[in-house]
Amino acid sequence: MTDIGMIGAVSIVVAGLTIAIGSIAPALGEARAAAQALQAIAQQPDEANTITRTLFVSLAMIESTAIYCFVVTMILIFANPFWEAVLKRAGG
Amino acid sequence: MRISPDQFVVFEFSFEGVGTIPVNATIVFTWVVMALLVVGAKLVTMRISSQLVPSGAQNFLEVLIEGLNNQIHEVSQQRSAPYLAFIGTLFLFIATSNLLAIVPGFTPPTGSLSTTTALALCVLIAVPIFGISRRGVLAYARNYLRPTPLMLPFNIISEISRTIALAIRLYGNVMSGTVVVAILIGIVPFFFPILLQLLGLLTGMIQAYIFAVLATVYIASATAPRAGENATVGAAQSTSPGSREE
Repeated sequence: MTDIGMIGAVSIVVAGLTIAIGSIAPALGEARAAAQALQAIAQQPDEANTITRTLFVSLAMIESTAIYCFVVTMILIFANPFWEAVLKRAGG
Repeated sequence: MRISPDQFVVFEFSFEGVGTIPVNATIVFTWVVMALLVVGAKLVTMRISSQLVPSGAQNFLEVLIEGLNNQIHEVSQQRSAPYLAFIGTLFLFIATSNLLAIVPGFTPPTGSLSTTTALALCVLIAVPIFGISRRGVLAYARNYLRPTPLMLPFNIISEISRTIALAIRLYGNVMSGTVVVAILIGIVPFFFPILLQLLGLLTGMIQAYIFAVLATVYIASATAPRAGENATVGAAQSTSPGSREE
């Protein structure tokens, strides 16, 4: 396989794997955080404001691992530096 | 496909013999948001009044400022006045640029890694400034030696990594909204992209809120009298009956 074909194939496969594996753990984590927060609100409705605020902040923190994977995927597919380097060498 | 508004050059300033300065979409839309905020605030405050019933726009700004004050106080457990200008500006800028994403032709400047990195660097610099002005150089520097001097490298690494996380989180969320809508328009036009745009509005607002809250937490943990405490722990206890009467 040529360099370009190789890089393209590997990038696409790895991009899929990255987002697939990388979204499992944050999904489990967010589900657990939300469930715990709902339980806490059910037990102490007076504290709903504080719990909701802390929940949002922690959800964003948990979600950022998935977002990192997403950014890596986007870079691999749309802005792949190796792809561009090979193209430049082939063109020049 | 463009995944960053940085790559879209709107026009170029050219100077004879010196070269050209490209002006990309990020810069243009950042200035649009800034102009909107400044002119809007100026227009409202020009006709400010202390009547019993303020005008609609003045009422809106008052609610906004009071809400920001309350949130900063609840999260940081300190007087909100010194932080209002910085945190409030961050929140308003990010929220406005994320909400304007529904205007056709507008690309949110927060969907560019350059903008979010700049905002995160502002937070990185603001933390020691607030910390030193509140507690003095020595007391602030001692923060890095807690709990033991062995932790110095890890404290520095955490400072850097949380700045990077702050930048990538905002960039990833806003950029993903734009990219997913662009992809879906090619596959299932009309209805489904609209739903995702609505979701994007919600995420944009939440991300602005989270950026502001995290900045507050970082600043509060640097300025709190007892260093080394986790500031979110303090925030969680903030609505105990005792502290509410203050």
